[in-house]
Amino acid sequence: MGIEQKLGNMGVATLTLETAVNWARTNAMWPMLFGLACCAIEMMAAQASHYDMSRFGMELMRASPRQSDLMIVAGRLSRKMAPVLRQLYDQMPEPKWVISMGDCASCSGVFNNYALVQGVDEIVPVDVYVAGCPPRPEALIHGVVTLYEKVKGEKFKDLEKA
Amino acid sequence: MDKKLELIVQALQEKYATSIEEFREEVHVFVKAEQIVDALTLLRDKYDFELLSALTATDYWPQQSPRFHVIYQLSSIARNITLQLRVPVNGDQPKIPTATRVYDVANWRERELLDMFGIEIEGHPDPRRILMPEGTEGHPLRKDFPLGYEEPQFTFNIDEIDLRKPYAKE
Amino acid sequence: MAQLEEANIDLYKHLVSERALTGETMLLNMGPQHPSTHGVLRLLLELDGETVINCIPDIGYLHTGIEKNMEAKTYLKAEVMSDRLDYMNTMGNNLAYVMAVEKLVGLDVPPRAQAIRVILTELQRIASHLVFLGAFGLDLAAMSVFLYCFREREAILDIAELCSGQRMMTTYFRPGGLWRDVPVEFETAVRDFIKIFPKRVDEYETLLTKNPILLDRTVGIGKLDVATALQHGVTGPPLRASGLNWDLRKARPYSGYEQYDFNIPTRTEGDTFARYIVRIEEFRESLKIVEQALNKLPMGPVNSDNRKFVPPPRSELGVSMEALIHHFKLWTEGFPAPKASVYSAVESPRGELGVYLEGDGGPKPHRVHWRTPSFDNLSAIEKMSRGHLVADLVAILASIDIVLGDIDR
Repeated sequence: MGIEQKLGNMGVATLTLETAVNWARTNAMWPMLFGLACCAIEMMAAQASHYDMSRFGMELMRASPRQSDLMIVAGRLSRKMAPVLRQLYDQMPEPKWVISMGDCASCSGVFNNYALVQGVDEIVPVDVYVAGCPPRPEALIHGVVTLYEKVKGEKFKDLEKA
Repeated sequence: MDKKLELIVQALQEKYATSIEEFREEVHVFVKAEQIVDALTLLRDKYDFELLSALTATDYWPQQSPRFHVIYQLSSIARNITLQLRVPVNGDQPKIPTATRVYDVANWRERELLDMFGIEIEGHPDPRRILMPEGTEGHPLRKDFPLGYEEPQFTFNIDEIDLRKPYAKE
Repeated sequence: MAQLEEANIDLYKHLVSERALTGETMLLNMGPQHPSTHGVLRLLLELDGETVINCIPDIGYLHTGIEKNMEAKTYLKAEVMSDRLDYMNTMGNNLAYVMAVEKLVGLDVPPRAQAIRVILTELQRIASHLVFLGAFGLDLAAMSVFLYCFREREAILDIAELCSGQRMMTTYFRPGGLWRDVPVEFETAVRDFIKIFPKRVDEYETLLTKNPILLDRTVGIGKLDVATALQHGVTGPPLRASGLNWDLRKARPYSGYEQYDFNIPTRTEGDTFARYIVRIEEFRESLKIVEQALNKLPMGPVNSDNRKFVPPPRSELGVSMEALIHHFKLWTEGFPAPKASVYSAVESPRGELGVYLEGDGGPKPHRVHWRTPSFDNLSAIEKMSRGHLVADLVAILASIDIVLGDIDR
């Protein structure tokens, strides 16, 4: 169901620039490989053929932060790894979003102790939290679709940063 | 205990005047810290204990002497038996000699002891922290190190905890 | 929040050769975030061109403090944390912990529970080796193997979800038996899996085993001989691929393994290709064990009768006062363990997984130490990778099959 069916034979489309830009951003958002622990395996399962994430635009996972838009923090973040996460987040170019996948990334889950950062939002600002230990691949896809809806509602004036 | 183990334990007792403990068909032999490298060499060369399965420690705080028990779990593949050696170590200035000359795996395992319990290893080729980041103060698996527990947020205290939590803004 | 400090050579001076200090060889960081290190592992490489002179692993980026956290919970509640150690072999970790608790308190397990434990552990072994195969193929740029393996893994995860409600972190084995009996559809699901799987293994073999690119990249790479392996405490498929026929399921059988008839695949070359072949053979052997255990599955209870440690069934709670008291004590306080220590080991897909459990008379463990196989297997990587190229190092790391949750605990 593409744009042609809505427009007929006109050859001209009129829409706001924001809609066009947001449509382009959501239809080809490439995540960065940041699988830390058990949630990474469910992320790999979501990328594999049974629950395919490429249907939603995430065709491949980029290892380099300079070439990705989305960081899915999948797994528990220890205090030794926290500065590395911050540096990788800073290296990603704008626009960028963060999904915190799993209980350990959202609130440190089962582990309430000295070694883990109690929730990734102490280090990077998070857009969508996906709950579960580990979340089913369908839950992760629901989280991704929620992020798309958030991105579709973004306005240019909110993105203006000093 | 297993017949094959009896001879070995007797030999150890004669040589090092050790005491033993048995529980659920396992044998724990208590050895002093100075004798442990000799005992390990003897067990590896004469009695075919080729595999050092585990090297760990237990903390018995607030009891200070001994405060730690260092545990060596040995396994023999040729004879299919296991044996456990325990070394009691005191609380102030705990130290044991290194076993890296006997088993190569002790290199990393002793670094973990140094990191987690603060037990000094004499003669270790690479005494750095292994699991905790550099510059950590304290040794986590000791009993007087706190768990680092964060207070769970319920509806009655969520606002105050939210104010104190360091959220990242951008 | 601590900023990343620039690494200086003084920290590693005693580990690298003298040529690094003059700048003749290059020190390169294969950092914590890398597509080919299986998880967050940092390798410091000293390179002469592309050849690896020294390889120094830096671990601890996934340290979760599980051992200390288990001391703060009762024996039953601490089992939840044991799944999350080696997250590929979750039911195997549960088995190791539950066997240690049963050995410590002296609890018996009925034969039906033992047989179901064997079936699920062997299925978990197949699932873990499937991820190994997928990641191995992915690291050597054979991506279709990865997609095929995850298709099979979905069938096994469906079986786990059928029994326990959760795909990965099941906590299905409890001290004294299982959480609850398997549902009626379990047998048909496992039999369907047994029917389709052998042909799939043959399919993977036709893709990989005689492939000239794979043979070029893995034969003769990363040799490990038996003496070095034993000195480094290496157990599991890397040790069996080097020539020593040592498997805890045959040597010190547990949970009823002595009743089943299976072989231990062994090779003698000790290189990456041998480690890959050993795991392919283990697929077939595990499937044999699952079929035998399913055929011989006895009827009977799945939990021990000892109400001091196993909660009574809910049907008894309305009629018996002792059942109510036992239920109350077990769920509020937990059961006490004697003031002693045990060490109990099982054979996980990576090697010898051992639990050292020490009780102190109360309901919480005094010390839990996990002897994890990936820690020792990784310590041998320096000797295995000396003189090889960086691309070979990726293949060697994939073939040892480490899981960072195991190493850092």
